[in-house]
Amino acid sequence: MATTLEHPAALPQLSNEEIARYSRHLILPEVGMEGQQKLKVAKVLCVGTGGLGAPLAFYLAAAGIGTLGLVDFDVVDESNLQRQIIHSTKDVGRPKIDSAAEKLEALNPHMKIVKHETMLTSANALEIIKDYDIVADGTDNFPTRYLVNDACVLSGNKPNAYGSIFRFEGQASVFATEEGPCYRCLYPEPPPPGLVPSCAEGGVLGILPGLVGVIQATEVIKLILGKGEPLIGRLLLVDSLNMRFRELKLRKNPDCPVCGKNPTVTKLIDYEQFCGIIPEPKPAAVQNGIAQMSAVELKQRLDSGEDIFVLDVREPHEFQIANIHGHLIPLGDLPARVSELDSSREIVVHCKSGGRSQRAAEFLAQSGFKKLHNLAGGITAWSNDVDPTIPKY
Amino acid sequence: MNIHIPTPLRVYSDKQDTVSVDAATVGQALDALTAKHPELKKHLYSDEGKLRSFVNVYLNDEDIRYLPEKEATKVSDKDALSIIPSIAGGTSRPGIRAFGATAGSSTGTLNSRSRNE
Repeated sequence: MATTLEHPAALPQLSNEEIARYSRHLILPEVGMEGQQKLKVAKVLCVGTGGLGAPLAFYLAAAGIGTLGLVDFDVVDESNLQRQIIHSTKDVGRPKIDSAAEKLEALNPHMKIVKHETMLTSANALEIIKDYDIVADGTDNFPTRYLVNDACVLSGNKPNAYGSIFRFEGQASVFATEEGPCYRCLYPEPPPPGLVPSCAEGGVLGILPGLVGVIQATEVIKLILGKGEPLIGRLLLVDSLNMRFRELKLRKNPDCPVCGKNPTVTKLIDYEQFCGIIPEPKPAAVQNGIAQMSAVELKQRLDSGEDIFVLDVREPHEFQIANIHGHLIPLGDLPARVSELDSSREIVVHCKSGGRSQRAAEFLAQSGFKKLHNLAGGITAWSNDVDPTIPKY
Repeated sequence: MNIHIPTPLRVYSDKQDTVSVDAATVGQALDALTAKHPELKKHLYSDEGKLRSFVNVYLNDEDIRYLPEKEATKVSDKDALSIIPSIAGGTSRPGIRAFGATAGSSTGTLNSRSRNE
């Protein structure tokens, strides 16, 4: 046993209803009456009530966590329902935090829900986190990952039950405990924008956040009970496609900028900037040397009979979902199939939302193509602005 | 020895999840990998030729940064290398910059900063 939380000397009593509700816990020697009382007195902050946050918060509420804080400012979207099981079809358009709180209260009226309907930022993170014993990170982007990590370390090593997913694969660990590594020990820096394909373009298997979120919930409960072997100093890798779980050793980095011996990060910083994200970019006519074309302009030029070659650099399975009759060459195949393209023709490259096609156009420009455009916003913009019968995915 | 390629990088390894190479050290194995799949190189190494700080390479279950001989560590056919990139997804949802796509490339969704999923 590596970590135990400090609990107040006098633990709260359980009512008869609570004893009935938690009976399967109470008869487990590893939980028992005292363990259930520790759960009741515990305060856990769930950052995000989406894919990871939904199963995480659901199971923590069922298990009898006394105070559950939720941070979210998003609204429920139809495309969330494939995995964010705390939200229902009737909740589409509602704030996620209200939808989540309603389900949790219905599940367990013996707990207190604290709603933080805000974006977690450098300005509010320490203030929000200070009231909680453990943080569970269910966010979906690098700036917030680093923010949650640093805020946990700077709040006096508040354990961070971490989970992250991409397509069929997930990672889980417990960061920022006194003796263990933090997220920055594992990854000192985020990848620069644009280097790795975006998750929005990559997709995710709906059950995967369920698997990983429940692992996070398990770690939270173990930390509160002080039982078992927490995922401290270990990175659990989940491969749902091959259904393999692997474990890697993580070490506390003595030179870690936030939890090392001589930290250089002693207060919260600008995490957008740290992650290389430029706030509020204006749609540029030319980006990295590639002319950008709007969906509306492309439609007008095609309709007027101009000779434009539409190149679709998405994957074949995306083409099946929706296409605008472009010539399909997936981005990864482009170097080998560049001979299929006629550099004398005007080429408009598109993908789902404009990221991959920008890279494809940059590659083609390097290969000597001159008459190139990137379809800004991709087929999603086409669906929004030109033809709503094209499904968005 | 086998080198395990993570999902986000498989687009640069002909979609293979495992690449077999002949090598005597960790460094040689990575060189053989990038020789077979040159596109992987810029994703694994910086312009100065150093392994990027958001890409971790594990020899079996050990981070090579913490091995005494690091990339010079000897390997056998029974060992496996795994490339473990950082992933940030809480789920995927259009308009959320989970992987930090190129600025402005995803339909002006940058104002969705720190959106929680």
